[in-house]
Amino acid sequence: MSALLKVEKLHASYGSTRVLHGIDFEMEEGSITALLGANGAGKTTTLRALCGMVKTEGAITLAGQRVDGKPTEDIVRMGVAHVPDGRGTFTTLTTEENLRLGAYARKDKSKLAADFDLIYNYFPRLKERRHQQAGTLSGGEQQMLAVSRALMLSPRLLLLDEPSFGLAPLIVREIFRIMKRINEEQKVSILLVEQNASMALELADHAYLIETGGIVLSGTAEQIKSDDSVRKAYLGY
Amino acid sequence: METFLHQVVAGLATGGIYASVALALVMIYQATHHINFAQGEMAMFSTYLAWTMIDAGMPYWVTFFAAVLLAFVLGAAIERIIVRPVENASALTVVVVFIGLLVILNSLAGWIYTYTIKTFPSPFPKDMLGNNKFISAHEFGSIGITLIVLFALYAFFRFTPLGLAMRAAAQNPQSSRLVGIRVGWMLALGWGLAGAVGAIAGMMVAPVVYLDPNMMSGILLYAFAGALVGGIDNPLGAVLGGFIVGVAENLLGAYVIGNELKLSVALVLIIGVLLVRPTGLLGKRLVTRV
Repeated sequence: MSALLKVEKLHASYGSTRVLHGIDFEMEEGSITALLGANGAGKTTTLRALCGMVKTEGAITLAGQRVDGKPTEDIVRMGVAHVPDGRGTFTTLTTEENLRLGAYARKDKSKLAADFDLIYNYFPRLKERRHQQAGTLSGGEQQMLAVSRALMLSPRLLLLDEPSFGLAPLIVREIFRIMKRINEEQKVSILLVEQNASMALELADHAYLIETGGIVLSGTAEQIKSDDSVRKAYLGY
Repeated sequence: METFLHQVVAGLATGGIYASVALALVMIYQATHHINFAQGEMAMFSTYLAWTMIDAGMPYWVTFFAAVLLAFVLGAAIERIIVRPVENASALTVVVVFIGLLVILNSLAGWIYTYTIKTFPSPFPKDMLGNNKFISAHEFGSIGITLIVLFALYAFFRFTPLGLAMRAAAQNPQSSRLVGIRVGWMLALGWGLAGAVGAIAGMMVAPVVYLDPNMMSGILLYAFAGALVGGIDNPLGAVLGGFIVGVAENLLGAYVIGNELKLSVALVLIIGVLLVRPTGLLGKRLVTRV
């Protein structure tokens, strides 16, 4: 399999504060790759860098095309859907309007109705709430909405920023289970950022560990799971 | 009773003008959280452009649509050229820019067209409604135009993908970029629409108050009062507030305080709303997490 995403010597900074110090990683088409690490390690910044939301140096290549330096709106049009931290819900709009916005940048709108059905099939709860203001949904439902909004782009690459944040373990498990199905059935590659390392490693096939702005460990999910230092520091047993 | 009804109807007619300008204010406020103090002068300037075209012999309705289009372009251009550079500046900077814009447009109109009061034609024939004492042809026509504009805007924001994208960009710019919306262009579009709506209001009010560079200053105050009464972040509220202020102003002027003190109604309303219920009738209280 070829690399869908290749990141080389990526630096990123907020103003004068440098957060990423030259990280390298790549992910394969169709895979689920996890970026793990503690608070403040630079996971969210990595995702933001991929979407042109922070100033970066270094090369980001998506399916052979450079995306670094491009505006966010153009990167989205290349098939990168980002579920940001805090979910980025349009709270005053309805669930359905949120989903329609997800498809805003899509070129082929002929299958839109079918995709609404597909989403409602994965998340029936959203169908029940489709005319409700998104801000009134529960946390779990808003996370489902955020993922669904991203899927409405029919993306090649889905970036998920901490989907477990603030949710009950049962709901996280449900969402992760559906993510796995989506990955397999829709052939969407997923780059997942998580603090909850054990859950992320169950879902992912590859993982990278970030510490203070650099990659310190990489491998298959199995290798990472069995690494002693990861086990002690991030899995807690 | 007849005069009372006429006062109410006349109030609704001017209220429609306030409602339109209030809506233009709210559109820009929702997207930028700033009050565009130059909104009235933009409308005034567009009305002068319309006057120029009519003076040159163009038919009224051709002029009407041409002026609306010009006002749209003017509004969008102002956003792109003047407002964009101060996008991230402090609120006071933006206020100063808006006031500067107000003064520039006002002086420019005075310089080009002089401060002499001009008449502006009404497109509605005087005998359109026969001989009745309740409502003049222009009042009727301008209420009609206002309602058409309001419904058209409602339909645009509610039912079109572009309208939805503009609402999204106003509510959550960052998420909007993440779904591919070009937020900067949505802002320019919003300013364009606000300019166009203002131009229509200007052309509807000019036959009543006559055309001069200061014709919108009072109207902007009433519109601002209307927007506050209804809720500065709520388009529906702003429209409602505009009509309420129009009717209240007219009735108070006719029966209570006299015409000379009418403008103070707007000021009292502004201060009153800010003191008692800053969110207005339909506005939501904004809670910010720190």
